[in-house]
Amino acid sequence: MNGGPRQVGAGYKSQYLRFAYPALAITAAVIVFPWAFTVYMSLHDWKIGQQREFVGLANFARLAGDERFLESIGHTLYFTVLAVLLPLIIGTAAALVFNERFPLRGLFRAIFILPMMATPVAVALVWTMMFHPQLGVLNYLLSQLGLPPQLWVYSPQTVIPSLVLVEVWHWTPLVMLIVLGGLASAPTEPYDSAKIDGASPWQVFRHITLPLIMPFLLVAAVIRTIDALKAFDTIFVISQGGPGTASETINLFLYLQAFSFYNIGYASAVTIVFFVLIVILAMVLLWLRQKAKWS
Amino acid sequence: MKKSEIGRRTFMKAAALGAIASPMLNIKTTYSQSGAFNWKRFAGQSIEVSLTLSPRGDLLRRHEREFTELTGIKVGSEIVPEQQHRQQAVIQFNSGNPQFDVITISWHVQKRLFGKSKWLVDMKPLLADSSLTAPDYDFPDFTAGGLRWAVQGDGRMDTLPLNIDPWMIYWNKELFAAKGLAFPKTFEEIVMAAEKLTDKSAGQYGWVSRGLKNANVPVWTSFMLGHDMDPVNPKTIQLQTTTPEAIAAGEYYKKLNKDFAPPGTVGFNWNESQTSFSQGKIGMWLDGIGFAPPLEDPTKSRVVGKVGYGIMPAGPKARHSATFGDGIGVPVASKKKEAAYLYSQWATSKLMCARLLQSGGGSPCRGSAYSDKDVIAGLKLPREWLTCLQESTAIGRPGLPEISPVTEFRDVFGVGLTNTIGGADVKTELAKATEAFTPVLQKSET
Repeated sequence: MNGGPRQVGAGYKSQYLRFAYPALAITAAVIVFPWAFTVYMSLHDWKIGQQREFVGLANFARLAGDERFLESIGHTLYFTVLAVLLPLIIGTAAALVFNERFPLRGLFRAIFILPMMATPVAVALVWTMMFHPQLGVLNYLLSQLGLPPQLWVYSPQTVIPSLVLVEVWHWTPLVMLIVLGGLASAPTEPYDSAKIDGASPWQVFRHITLPLIMPFLLVAAVIRTIDALKAFDTIFVISQGGPGTASETINLFLYLQAFSFYNIGYASAVTIVFFVLIVILAMVLLWLRQKAKWS
Repeated sequence: MKKSEIGRRTFMKAAALGAIASPMLNIKTTYSQSGAFNWKRFAGQSIEVSLTLSPRGDLLRRHEREFTELTGIKVGSEIVPEQQHRQQAVIQFNSGNPQFDVITISWHVQKRLFGKSKWLVDMKPLLADSSLTAPDYDFPDFTAGGLRWAVQGDGRMDTLPLNIDPWMIYWNKELFAAKGLAFPKTFEEIVMAAEKLTDKSAGQYGWVSRGLKNANVPVWTSFMLGHDMDPVNPKTIQLQTTTPEAIAAGEYYKKLNKDFAPPGTVGFNWNESQTSFSQGKIGMWLDGIGFAPPLEDPTKSRVVGKVGYGIMPAGPKARHSATFGDGIGVPVASKKKEAAYLYSQWATSKLMCARLLQSGGGSPCRGSAYSDKDVIAGLKLPREWLTCLQESTAIGRPGLPEISPVTEFRDVFGVGLTNTIGGADVKTELAKATEAFTPVLQKSET
C-alpha cells in the first residue's frame, strides 16, 4: 500500500465529480428545465384545452401592443418605487432612533419588528377590513382627527399608495434591522472628530452616518426591490388588481393570463419579459452597491 | 340530529321499520324503500371527493360519514376555495389523471369547458341502470331549471343537479317604510326608489351591488335579461354586448352604482356589499339568494327581521332572474366510477336536498324539497325568502353565457363596467370590451 500523498489529477477529479451529479440533476430538473420549457412555451400559442401552435415571437409582439400589459408595467414600477423608498427612509429613521440608548429600548424594538413576523395573507385580510370606506377603522381614525374619509383601495387614484401603506407597515422593520446592523458596525472615530470640529447633527448624518450605512442601505434596497417586484399576495387579497385594472401589476396580469384564462403561451412570454426586467433592475442595484462599498 | 331536519314523515317511516334513533336514522330510512337495491355493492372502496368551499361543500362533508355507513365506501373529501378549485380542476383534468373521483362544478363558469372536453361521465346510462340507481332516487323530482343546466348541448348530462342560485333583491323594509315606498315592480321604479332612499349626508344609500371587475358582470346581465337579451346569443354564439339592450342595461348599472351606491362601490364584491347592507343604511342590494342566513343572524347583522326578499323586477321587455348553479359529476378518468356515482346520487338525494334548503345554504334542484311541509317547517329563514326563491327560480335564465372563456368574458367586461362607475361612457366601454373579447370567443368556439 502506498503511504505517500495521493495523486491529484484528472482521474481523481472525475472520480469525485460523480458526487456532484445528483445536485446537477436536481438543478436541471427544478431550474433549467422549467426555464427552458417556459422559453419553449412562450413561442407557442397554447390555451389549456386547445391545440398548441408554434407562433415564433408573436406572443412578444402582442405584448408590445397590449395596453393592459403596458399599464401593468407602469403600476409595477410605481408600486415598487414607493414600496422600496418609503421603508428605506422610515426604516433608516427608526434605526437611528433605536441606535440611541433610552429606557425600554429593547421592548420598543421588539414591538417595532412584530409586523414583519405576520403572514402576508393574514395581514392583507386585516387591512382589507381596515380599508372599508364605511366601516373601516382607518376612516374612523381620520374622523377623530377631523379629516375627511378616504376611499383607500376602493379608488383607482389611491389604491396603489394604499397598498404601499401595507407594504411599509409590514417591511419597514426589516430595513430597520439591516440599517441597525450597519450602525452597530460603524467606526466611532469619525463621530469623535466631527464632535471636536463642531459639526451639526445633520452634517454628521449627511457626511458620516449616511456614507457608512450606504452599503447596508443598498442591500436593503436590493431585498426590498425584489420583494416589491414579486408582490402578489397582498395585492391579490386586497384589491385583486382593481378597481378596474388600477392596481394590476405584472404579477397580477401574469396570474390572470396563466391561471384564470389558461393562456399558457402568452403567460410564458410575460414571464420572460418580467424576468429580463428584474435582472436589469437587480444588476443596477448590485452595481450601485459595489460602488458604495467601504474602501 | 334535530327533529326539524329529519322531518315528521321520514321519522314515522323509520319508526315503523323499528329502526333505532341515531344520526343515521334518516338516511337509512330514506333508502330503505329501495328494497333489494344493494348500496353495499362497492363496500371497501375508497373515493376522493373534490368540493368547492361553500355551504354545499360543508353540508356534504358534514354528513359524509352517513354515506360511508350506508355504502361501506370510504370518502376522502377536500374543500377548496372557489377560484382555486376551478384552476385545480382544469390543471388536473388536463394532466389526464385527476386525483378525485367526484367533483362539484360551477355550471355558469365551467359547464361549456367541461362539456367540450368531455371530462365527466354521462350520467344518463348510469341513471338508467337499476343496479346502480336506487328506485327511490326519483329522477323526475328534479326541476326543469336544474336539468336544463345539467344537460350539455350535445344531450349528455355530465352532472347531477346540486344547487341553483337565482339573483334577487334584498331590501330594507324599514328604510322603504320611512320614505313611504313600496318594493319596485320595474327597473325604472328601482332607480326612482334608489334616488329617494339616498341621503348622502346621513350616510344612507339607495343601492349597493358589486362593482369589482369580474364579480360585477352578473349585475349588468341581470338588467340585460330584463331587456330579453343574453350577452351571447346561445344559438349563434355571437356577442350581443353592443346592442341597444346591452347598453341600456349598462346605463342602469352605471346610474345605480355611480349615483346611489356608497363610496367605494367600485371595489365592492359580494362581501363588501353584504357588510354594507347588513349595517342598515342601504335600501336595496342585488345579489344571489344565498346570503340570507348572515342577514338574519343577529350576531352579524343589524337588519334582522327588516329584510325584504324581492324578486327581480320586470325590465322593459321581460322579467327574469339571472341564475347560476352547481352540479356534481364523476371524472371519466376515475377508476371507481360506480362508487363515485353512488356518492353523487346520495349528494343529490331528497334528504340532502331537504337539508340544503333548511340550512339556507343553497337552493336544491328537487321539487320535493319545496313541497314537503315538514321540510318547510324546519326552514330557518323567513317564508318570504322561500317564496322569493321559488318565484325567482320560475323566471330563471342563465346569468352568464355558456362559453368556455367565461372568466375572460367576466374580466374584460367587468373592467369596462367598473370604468363606467368612475364616469366612463357605457357605449364606449362596451364597444372596447367587445372588440377585445371577440377574437377570444371566436378562437374558443371554433
